Amino acid sequence: MTDARAPESLTVRLGLSRAGGFALNVDLSLPGRGVTAIFGPSGSGKTTLLRCIAGLEAGATGELHVNGQTWLGPGVCLPTHKRPLAYVFQEASLLPHLTARQNLAYAARRASGRGTGAAESPGNASAVGEQDVIDRMGIAPLLDRKPGQLSGGERQRVAIARALLARPRLLLMDEPLAALDAARKEEILPYIEQIRDLAGVPVLYVSHSVTEVARLADQVVAMNEGRVVGQGAVAEVLSGLDIALPEGEDTGVVWQGPIVEQRAEWHLSRVACAGGDLWIQQGAESRLGVSDGEVRVRIQARDVSLSLKPFEQTSIINHLPAVVESIYETSDGAQALVRLRAAGQPLVARITRFSAHHLGLHTGQPVWAHIKSVAIVR
Amino acid sequence: MLTDADLSALWLTLRLATVVTLMLLVIGTPIAWWLARTRSWLRGPVGAVVALPLVLPPTVLGFYLLIALGPNGPVGGLTQALGLGTLAFTFWGLVLASVIYSLPFVVQPLQNAMEAIGERPLEVAATLGAGPWDRFFTVILPLARPGYLTAIVLGFAHTVGEFGVVLMIGGNIPEETRVVSVQIYDHVEALAYGQAHGLSAVMVVLSFAVLLVLYGFRRRAGLWGAGAAPVPEHRS
Repeated sequence: MTDARAPESLTVRLGLSRAGGFALNVDLSLPGRGVTAIFGPSGSGKTTLLRCIAGLEAGATGELHVNGQTWLGPGVCLPTHKRPLAYVFQEASLLPHLTARQNLAYAARRASGRGTGAAESPGNASAVGEQDVIDRMGIAPLLDRKPGQLSGGERQRVAIARALLARPRLLLMDEPLAALDAARKEEILPYIEQIRDLAGVPVLYVSHSVTEVARLADQVVAMNEGRVVGQGAVAEVLSGLDIALPEGEDTGVVWQGPIVEQRAEWHLSRVACAGGDLWIQQGAESRLGVSDGEVRVRIQARDVSLSLKPFEQTSIINHLPAVVESIYETSDGAQALVRLRAAGQPLVARITRFSAHHLGLHTGQPVWAHIKSVAIVR
Repeated sequence: MLTDADLSALWLTLRLATVVTLMLLVIGTPIAWWLARTRSWLRGPVGAVVALPLVLPPTVLGFYLLIALGPNGPVGGLTQALGLGTLAFTFWGLVLASVIYSLPFVVQPLQNAMEAIGERPLEVAATLGAGPWDRFFTVILPLARPGYLTAIVLGFAHTVGEFGVVLMIGGNIPEETRVVSVQIYDHVEALAYGQAHGLSAVMVVLSFAVLLVLYGFRRRAGLWGAGAAPVPEHRS
């Protein structure tokens, strides 16, 4: 079952045709660690892709290699229960006749029986302790309750703990927050962030929320209509002008960098991003529990305006020199999205078509980007 | 008040209903599972065949069984070739007839309960590493428990209550095929109303007690709701 492929990688070459015209056709090569967000509008095939990887779709064809193990290939098709994975479903997925504790035990008891040789080697599969997981997910007081006696957020925390205790070699998460309201989402997000450190295995995280992707992902696979339309680092993919964004979400970029200067008198902090320095409001990073001084910010296209000359007399504090890379007129005919490079980093500005015309914007032109607002996501 | 013949009929009835119920659980589980899951076109025809005893007059069923089990019938020929004689007018003939007659009363509650489980718990169990048999014992059985309780009650009760099929296929042989319902019929025919009253009252009390225990258990276990199967219309 083990082949000579790079041990630390995922090869996903999958096809599936459904009655009704939907077809999944995906060819991906992913690093064998970190969080990969699978991102796209509803109906783009994100969940189907995850189900195919888990072996839950009978008609899936192609090849699937996970960290050196072949799950699907010529003459090979491991049934779901033989694939050393864990799956966190969108809505309640705890076994309803078992208590939270019994749900955890159900996973732990079967964890050792899966996978082949390599899965047992130390440092490869995750080896987190049960008590550690219970403490980190904050579910100790809930253990003797049945799923019916838990709130939606509590159920998802137990489901995440159960996934970790299954000691997977691949963790699949299908919009684990989608069924929760905004307050519950905020409550769970920190727990999900811990998964990166706890699991120690690649995580595929399906989401249609830019906020979640910006906060959690190391890299993004953008999907639309069953195909991959973009893949790469978060900043690169989210700044793509042609990826289909969910309704109400604006295009934008994600930058990150360390805090290098504090200006207590103005309550501002300077973040040194690769694309240029940004001033952010002080304190925001501590509210989010940023410990290592590295913050991740999201700059939405509508918060970026452009000018041909630097101007000092303005209330906006973040100004960066950039170069126009491409211009894309939106379907409503009134606006234009301008993709820029600031010190090589992608940045997107949403301006009116009139302004684009008036300023005579063209590819390769140097401009100044004025950033009205920066959202700290992590 | 109850004669030895009455007691023997009671004992035979309980024995028959117990054997039949156990066999029905074993036979009914795979049939119900298949009916609950399959997308095959055979689902309709098979479901209809299973439900036939619900609508057929018991005498029709008994008549065909009598012919099939008889020395010239397909089943009778087989049992004779195996050196078992014929099953008609024997206890095991009655068991076979009752299994067919009570099949829908076991299959339908099980099928409803299994349909109510849905795919998700099984998918969840599979992603946690549970194989098919593991999933059956740790997910399907516990989640279909209300259906199993209903199936046991209905299968048992329906077998106790059968009459027409017994008359056609079992006749009236003491300690072999003379069950309570036949015994009561005999009493009434002989105008022994006192005897008929005694045995009938015992049946009423017994049936009530069994139902009370089982339904009480279901309520205590909080098992109403998911998987609680609608009771098929009874006809005998």
